[in-house]
Amino acid sequence: MTDATIAAVHDREAAAASRRHFVSRTIIYALLTIFAVIYLAPLLILVFNSFREQPEIAQNGLIAFPRSFQLKAWAEAWSTYCIGGTCEGMRRNFLNSLWMAVPATILSTLLGAMNGYVLSKWRFKGSEVLFTLMLLGVFMPGQIALMPWAFLLGKVGLTNSTYGLILIHVVQGISFTTLFCRNYYVSIPDDLIKAARIDGAGFWRIFRKIILPLSPPILIVTVIWQFTGIWNEYLFGVVFTSGREQPITAALVALTASGTNVRAYDVMSAAVLIGALPPLLVYFLGGKYFVRGLTQGAIK
Amino acid sequence: MSTVPMDAGRNSASGAPGPTWRERLARISPILILAPSLAASFVYIFVFTIWTLYISLSNSSLLPSYGFIGLDNYVSLWSNRRWNIAYSNLFFFSAFYIVGAMGIGLLLAILIDQRVRGEAIWRTIFLYPLAVSFIVTGTVWSWLYNPTDGIQMLVRSLGWTHFNFALASDRSTAIYAIIITGIWQSSGFAMALFLAGLRSVDQDLIKAAQIDGASTFRTYRRVILPIISPIFLAVAVVQIQFAIKTFDLVAALTRGGPGISTTFPAIYVYDLMFQRGQIGEGAAAAMMMLAALAVVLVPYALFVVWRHRRESRP
Repeated sequence: MTDATIAAVHDREAAAASRRHFVSRTIIYALLTIFAVIYLAPLLILVFNSFREQPEIAQNGLIAFPRSFQLKAWAEAWSTYCIGGTCEGMRRNFLNSLWMAVPATILSTLLGAMNGYVLSKWRFKGSEVLFTLMLLGVFMPGQIALMPWAFLLGKVGLTNSTYGLILIHVVQGISFTTLFCRNYYVSIPDDLIKAARIDGAGFWRIFRKIILPLSPPILIVTVIWQFTGIWNEYLFGVVFTSGREQPITAALVALTASGTNVRAYDVMSAAVLIGALPPLLVYFLGGKYFVRGLTQGAIK
Repeated sequence: MSTVPMDAGRNSASGAPGPTWRERLARISPILILAPSLAASFVYIFVFTIWTLYISLSNSSLLPSYGFIGLDNYVSLWSNRRWNIAYSNLFFFSAFYIVGAMGIGLLLAILIDQRVRGEAIWRTIFLYPLAVSFIVTGTVWSWLYNPTDGIQMLVRSLGWTHFNFALASDRSTAIYAIIITGIWQSSGFAMALFLAGLRSVDQDLIKAAQIDGASTFRTYRRVILPIISPIFLAVAVVQIQFAIKTFDLVAALTRGGPGISTTFPAIYVYDLMFQRGQIGEGAAAAMMMLAALAVVLVPYALFVVWRHRRESRP
């Protein structure tokens, strides 16, 4: 064999390899694109329909490129659309959800941070057992707690009120937030705490000067987890509140169920988006922290 | 447990004989901080469960009452046709949902793992459904399944005028509508966990396999996937939990219908307690849900502890 033929063989092999590479790359991107379309389609359909005019939706169906444009549906969904007799749109329910999710998130996160601090840095006899028992709350199905909550909320006069839901979400959330924070604080070296104690720092000083400054990553994860979870919760909302007091998830179900003959897809799309926007915003802004919470919450 | 006094420095400097009230307060602070959460969790986890257990053994109907009737509610629950549909739906749904979500999740994770461009964008797209509620997802998909406005209409308007796609409005297929939507919502979650696993695999092992001439497919099957096998179990366990607790998705998508064809245990609990005023039987159904979770989680927890011990042994 001459050098020329060897080179030719090499060229042919290289060409085949690069062709294979090209084919496999194409398949990878094609598959990813197909899945991306499937994943994005429902969101796009919602966005499109919230700006299309209802007659056009009725004519061309839900899945179509917009051939009309209006902003009216958003205004209607926000403040005037009727759900079961009251015509106030989603505004009130949106605010209910906000007034429920924000305080419940803050309270449960604060409690979780302090519990986590105690359970990782101020352990005492039996604290590990207590921690394990608290973790059971992570797995409790809400259905078990329905009757007891109904009774308790009735006793303290918090049925059909956002405060009742805040109480439920804080108590239910403690297990998660304590778990997140405790597992994070465990990785802070004990020597750091010991040194501070020898320097005369007490329980609160160590928390303020050492633990809190190291906490932002886990606090962000916890806040995102709690806020999206509480905002999206439906069972307690629908059981313990009604009408104007309902959080937005329960109101959305009532809204879409109340459709009579002609379904106002334009307004309903806008309403669904209003309900989806806050957690979506948190997701797009919080990105990696959201994913971190997800993976930590899963692998307990 | 520490023997270092919390205010050791200040104490010795001032030469005080005993602990001051501040020091005492500091000493019991950890307990004080923990106490409210402990009490709340104790009530929530144990008192509530025992309470519901007791109601399930009582003759409660419209209101809780405490006449003990033994297992009557459980007997009546298990002889109820709707409950039987509910839990067979749960098995059917769980099987397809878990396999589907894990299969697609793994595929997406492996695709993204091929050093693709714009990795963050792909990940963001596949994961966003997890941020929105099952109510939002269920509502949108119920529209898509609607034969007169959704997918069927789209395909018919493209020319296939006899195309039929009415999954959610047919008794025998509505469960598939829920399965598909469930998979759509949570395969991104499986992807995130698998991707984290793939990234944690020692790169040298992969290189060694490639030098030995193993194809990409073979490398994954023989080298990478066995290493991340614990993740399969973790993902499956989380998905089973989702499945057992499934309520919102069904409530928004089919409301248990058509008829009672997509009743799930959680839906039935809600119906018994708040629509039909059969609190005792509803509590019994709730206890069965707890039992189902325990059947999955207790062995898993024991297995994890066992594996941990085995690994930490020298």
